Amino acid sequence: MARRAFAVIAGALVALLTFGPVVAVSLRAGGVGGFAPGDWGAIRFTLTQAVISAGLSVLFAIPVARALARRRFVGRGALVALLGAPFILPVIVAVLGLIAVFGNNGIFNGLLRALGLPSMTIYGLHGVIIAHVFFNLPLATRMLLQGWLAIPSERFRLSAGLGLRPWAAFKVLEWPMLLRVAPGAFAVIFVICLSSFAVALTLGGGPKATTVELAIYQAMRFDFDLARAASLSLVQLVLAVVAGVAALALARGDGFGSGLDRVVTRFDTGRIGLALDSLWIMLAALFLLTPLALVAWNGLAGLPMLSASVWQSAGHSMSVALGSTLLCILWALPLATRRGELIGLLGIALSPLVLGTGLFLILRPYINPLSVALPVTAVINALVSLPFALRILRPEAEAIRQDHARLSAALGLTPWAWVRFVYLPRLRRPLGFAAGLTAALSMGDLGVIALFADPDRAPLPLHVYQLMGRYQMEAAQGAALLLLMLSLGLFWLFDRGGRVNA
Amino acid sequence: MLELKGLHLKEGDFELRADLSLRASGRYAVIGPSGAGKSTLLDAIAGFRPLLSGTVSWNGQAFTDLTPAERPLAMLFQDNNLFPHLTVDRNLALALRPDGGRIGAEGREKIVQALADVGLAGMGGRKPAQLSGGQQSRAALARVVLQERPVMLLDEPFSALGPALKVEMLDLLAKVADRLQALVLIVTHDPNDARRFAPETVLVSDGIAHAPQPTGPLLDNPPPALAQYLGGA
Repeated sequence: MARRAFAVIAGALVALLTFGPVVAVSLRAGGVGGFAPGDWGAIRFTLTQAVISAGLSVLFAIPVARALARRRFVGRGALVALLGAPFILPVIVAVLGLIAVFGNNGIFNGLLRALGLPSMTIYGLHGVIIAHVFFNLPLATRMLLQGWLAIPSERFRLSAGLGLRPWAAFKVLEWPMLLRVAPGAFAVIFVICLSSFAVALTLGGGPKATTVELAIYQAMRFDFDLARAASLSLVQLVLAVVAGVAALALARGDGFGSGLDRVVTRFDTGRIGLALDSLWIMLAALFLLTPLALVAWNGLAGLPMLSASVWQSAGHSMSVALGSTLLCILWALPLATRRGELIGLLGIALSPLVLGTGLFLILRPYINPLSVALPVTAVINALVSLPFALRILRPEAEAIRQDHARLSAALGLTPWAWVRFVYLPRLRRPLGFAAGLTAALSMGDLGVIALFADPDRAPLPLHVYQLMGRYQMEAAQGAALLLLMLSLGLFWLFDRGGRVNA
Repeated sequence: MLELKGLHLKEGDFELRADLSLRASGRYAVIGPSGAGKSTLLDAIAGFRPLLSGTVSWNGQAFTDLTPAERPLAMLFQDNNLFPHLTVDRNLALALRPDGGRIGAEGREKIVQALADVGLAGMGGRKPAQLSGGQQSRAALARVVLQERPVMLLDEPFSALGPALKVEMLDLLAKVADRLQALVLIVTHDPNDARRFAPETVLVSDGIAHAPQPTGPLLDNPPPALAQYLGGA
């Protein structure tokens, strides 16, 4: 029963690390009276931007997913795979790319000026929404694409046989699917945008564009008002839990699934439909690829001039990423069960900033929290990645137990031999994938570390942010490209490691 | 002698009772209608299913409280008899050292011998997927040989093989069992298997595993439940 004991220990640690900070935050909270006047505005802004971001993401995802579902073209597989990429893309890298496109001196404003139109600014509500759509349009598209591909092809054949007009076919076949899938997609993205920190930090700010998470950070870093930070954390907690429960109830498919490489054969698409589909796919690809291409292009110039401190930051980030990957995997291995997955969800219900604030409050009486910034970041990143790791590992882990438990019992394998010779080797593929995701997420994380940041030991994403703050854009772009390469490189290495000779 | 005394298990509506004893180094078939509980009987003896009451004992020693691996028996399942990601050698080494430790020269010698016994000499380096269906059955049999237990339980282990191959495997099983002096209890749905391999047969029907009876007369003159299952046979 050693296996069981490990699961209990791992589960207890997760619970302790999530509920501990919540208790600390609750005890320290100053009540509603502790709010500064701007805090109500922060709550309003958080909800507003989340509703708009989620709404636009789903709205634009509908034509894109529809086009992807029924068109076969060169590069379709690559595009669908690319839709999974924003998940492991460091926020700061995407933000730099978006600034290069939509910023004051960006391509888009150049275009507007050339046309004699007034220019736009990326800072504020616009920018936050653009960034959120950039990150979540792919997710929404994947979820809807799954919905489209789940419509049996016989239905389309039948509707063609009946000679339904395109609009009638849409109402009969696709509209019911959208009614089922879209609310879930909206809810999931709403939750994600609700606890957006890095985007708000870089593109928001000011009294008109501050999210609750950003307000927590400002209360901690600038005002050092722990009571207010704690109160705001409670607000964030309530928002996230309410929205999270709603999302859990609404959401079906998770956009994680495979099998999206199929194309639905349709009989009802005319020339106009074809043109529209192509247009949507091109627009989406342009919107998603241009910022990344610009980061790569602009970064190349900056790469040779990277300072020693950037490399040092990269080192810190690497050690945090590897540490949290190891921790996350150690946690996930015994928790890859139904019950374990529920426990793991705790990590996603709480925002890293809330966890960070709580841990800060717990640690402060004993040590200088800034001195343990990197280990704390590693732990929180592991905790936040745990639900994803479990989602990936559990199906395979259960299959392994189901298939091999009897033989193992018949042989009398010791728990160690079971783990060493059966469980780990059989689990290698999903393990590599989960480790890759965790490493990339942690590498690019700009959340809790901002709270604890020690200027001398800033990890790479924070370093990029500091360079941006000092308007050293060339250096920032070079460091961002390095960050992008390291994140994707770590993901590739781990994922590959799980596949080779498997 | 393998003895089942007052054996009783229950799962929802399903119930099975058994009161019978089997001679050491005897060969028995287990036969009966689908869903009557043939596999369940073997699982209960092997310790994969909890008993409501009753004991199972070997030579007077009850082993009802022991784990499957501690019982004096080795079992061949319908499938999943080998770990697919390990070579045959590694699979067999785990049968000798369930803690995953290194096996010495003596252990290696045993593995080579067991592979030779089942006609797989020199194939230890292959993974199960690189073997044919018949070869996989042989490798699984080698695993049981290495476990050297006085009782062998087989749950339709060769049902996926073609008729000729199955006959070959049954003969091999008989040879191996003779050498180990092992009691063999084999579940089958093919009366010809029973006739060929087992002088006596345990009939499982109507919630009861009956005491063993001579195979020929039982199949020539089957009771109604079995007759219906066998159909025209």
